[in-house]
Amino acid sequence: MSKAKTFRGGIHPAGNKELTSTQAIVAMPAPAEVTVLLKQHAGAPCRPLVKKGDVVNKGQKIGDSDEFISAPVHAPVSGVVKAVQPSRDPAGSIVQAVVIENDGEERLDPSVQPHPDLDQLDAETIKKIVREAGIVGLGGATFPTHVKLSPPPDKKIEVLIINGCECEPYLTCDHRLMVEQPERVVFGTRALMKALGVEKAYIGIENNKPDAIAALEKATADYPGIEVVPLQYKYPQGSEKQLITAITGKEVPFNGLPMDVGVVVNNVETAAAVQAAIQDGMPLIERIVTVSGEGVRHPQNLAVRIGTPISEVIAAAGGFIGTPKQVIIGGPLTGVAQPDLSVPVTKCNTGILVFNELKRPSKPEPCIRCGRCVDACPSFLLPVTLAHLSDIGQYDKALELGLLACVECGSCSYVCPAHRFLLQSILVAKREIEAQRYKKTS
Amino acid sequence: MPDSVNSTDIKLVMSPAPHVSDKDTVPKIMFGVVIALIPTLIASLYWFRFHALRLVIITVAACIITEWVFQKLRGKPITIYDGSAIVTGLLLAFNLPPTLPGWMAAVGGIVAMTLGKHVFGGLGHNPFNPALIGRAFLLASFPAAMIRWTSPIDGTSTVTPLVQLHMGRITATYWDLFVGNIGGCIGETSALAILLGGLYLLYKRYIDWRIPVSYLGTVAVMALALGQDPIYHWLAGGLMLGAFFMATDMVTTPITRKGKWLFGIGAGIILMVIRQWGSYPEGVTYSILLMNAFTPLLERITRPRPYGEVKAHA
Ligand code: SF4
Ligand code: SF4
Repeated sequence: MSKAKTFRGGIHPAGNKELTSTQAIVAMPAPAEVTVLLKQHAGAPCRPLVKKGDVVNKGQKIGDSDEFISAPVHAPVSGVVKAVQPSRDPAGSIVQAVVIENDGEERLDPSVQPHPDLDQLDAETIKKIVREAGIVGLGGATFPTHVKLSPPPDKKIEVLIINGCECEPYLTCDHRLMVEQPERVVFGTRALMKALGVEKAYIGIENNKPDAIAALEKATADYPGIEVVPLQYKYPQGSEKQLITAITGKEVPFNGLPMDVGVVVNNVETAAAVQAAIQDGMPLIERIVTVSGEGVRHPQNLAVRIGTPISEVIAAAGGFIGTPKQVIIGGPLTGVAQPDLSVPVTKCNTGILVFNELKRPSKPEPCIRCGRCVDACPSFLLPVTLAHLSDIGQYDKALELGLLACVECGSCSYVCPAHRFLLQSILVAKREIEAQRYKKTS
Repeated sequence: MPDSVNSTDIKLVMSPAPHVSDKDTVPKIMFGVVIALIPTLIASLYWFRFHALRLVIITVAACIITEWVFQKLRGKPITIYDGSAIVTGLLLAFNLPPTLPGWMAAVGGIVAMTLGKHVFGGLGHNPFNPALIGRAFLLASFPAAMIRWTSPIDGTSTVTPLVQLHMGRITATYWDLFVGNIGGCIGETSALAILLGGLYLLYKRYIDWRIPVSYLGTVAVMALALGQDPIYHWLAGGLMLGAFFMATDMVTTPITRKGKWLFGIGAGIILMVIRQWGSYPEGVTYSILLMNAFTPLLERITRPRPYGEVKAHA
């Protein structure tokens, strides 16, 4: 194994991955009722294709949009539509949702058709399958995958990077997928390469997962175009820009996209979803969720139907142990704390973490100018200065100092010994500037 | 389903991401500095006995009480438990000559906490190192008392090795310089004790290695260029204490890595200019205070280039 590559900056939070990293993925039985949100992706929301009382099949498309940047949603179970109603999403917004009562028959929709093998599919067909299957970035970014596969003609894509870093503490869903089903990841990678017309793909994996690296090295042995790249275990190695820099040495320009340096990045679970969409014809109706934290009786990785209430996922992992203080969807660095357990699992739900104590003091102290946030920032910003400028409303000054280069990783807030809410302050300025720009362009 | 999952009396706490934090806290860092100062405290008590004990107690008490009174008067939260007042008190005491009258030491502590810290808004907002402000004030107000030196242990009057260097008559051996058997401020004489604490701080990453390395390195290079003994310059005065405990004060030094290099280099140059051509034999205090003044500028000119920023867009 060659020396592990990495990026500059970053942090080393306690991984706590051993809680779940050696446990095989368990399929959670489909729940009696699912709530499928009609917006689980970045882009335009779907409109419902079904109404109350309709009988639906497993895998049937139940929501879609005419917008390019959007992704359809499908019925994860067969059953009857109980309601189409507003529902809260994990980020706290209210979106439309289709509630389906499971009839337990697992009746497949006729649209679920395995596709002929990869050699018979051309790039356009693959993109179409990916779009129709509702595949989005499953690492948490939720950007529709078919959009990433369709760069404008002036952007020449040379390299595909498959992101198997999983740098967030606690999460092991990608890890287990790579260990248990490496051939699915490799098939998906080959399909994505073909869709993009590239000859080269890298699968980046942090070196705290030697079993995943070994499994994928074995599974890619026959495909010289696919190279497994061990990366140093450091957060946020899985951040798209930091990953590109670690592997290719290129820096994605300010305000730019990976495609500006000829790269497209997809998560390992996204690659596996592409495999399922092609070989099984199965759209994205299920994902792997790491249920962990000291507040869960049996921390584990569960294959969960989209739309399952998180309360039932926690119950499937043995329920609470002790009194939960915090429930987080996603990882502890970038995840969202939940006010209750009412939301359903969405496509980007990497983890559900239950903590019985707060893992971070909630009262900030004065900054002692220690510079740790500066050293930790993977975008080479001065987080303390940006946060201050944001607090006093000088967004333009923050913009001049590189505000938009922030990848929202939270490393700055994590290392701050004064527990200042640096990212939170920075986000206020960033969202404001982004909104201004959006207004100007539209 | 275990009913606990749906129980309604669960109260979940919302918080903005990230939901975890590093283990270090401000009090932990400050008390880490106090721990790192213990070897120097022991050395000062060993070499200067009762004088050292007297000065340490007076300055630490003066600093804590001043902070408490100031915050009480202004109706602000009391922060004497964050450890920073103790650090300032200890550092001030270590920068005083053994025979300094107690009331002067107390004045130094009061000045350090008020002019040096709280008029600017307290911890984190002070541009200058508070302990050095206290010392600079005493040096300006009571110049005679501030340079009255006595020998370690027996307490007879003497001069510091730097004065000897200034006059061209060196008597102290390297060993005396290293362990602290020389005249000087009570906490500056023992390089051994300072190094022990400094290495602890480096190991804990409570200070950044770039400042001591660039400060000491610049002094050594300049000493060699001037045909003088760099070891002597390192060990004979307050440089070791300054390089490890005062020039590394996070609040008053640049937050950027390049800024830290420049800070140390600048302080080294100023120190050697003062020692060589100034009217004082020693210049650690002023070299650091002057560079403190340059900290905002250093930070501006050493700001790293943000990821992905291309020149044309800048
Ligand atoms: S400023 Fe942004 S990119 Fe830098 S550490 Fe903080 S959250 Fe991460
Ligand atoms: S890490 Fe916190 S205390 Fe240190 S400089 Fe940044 S904001 Fe200030």
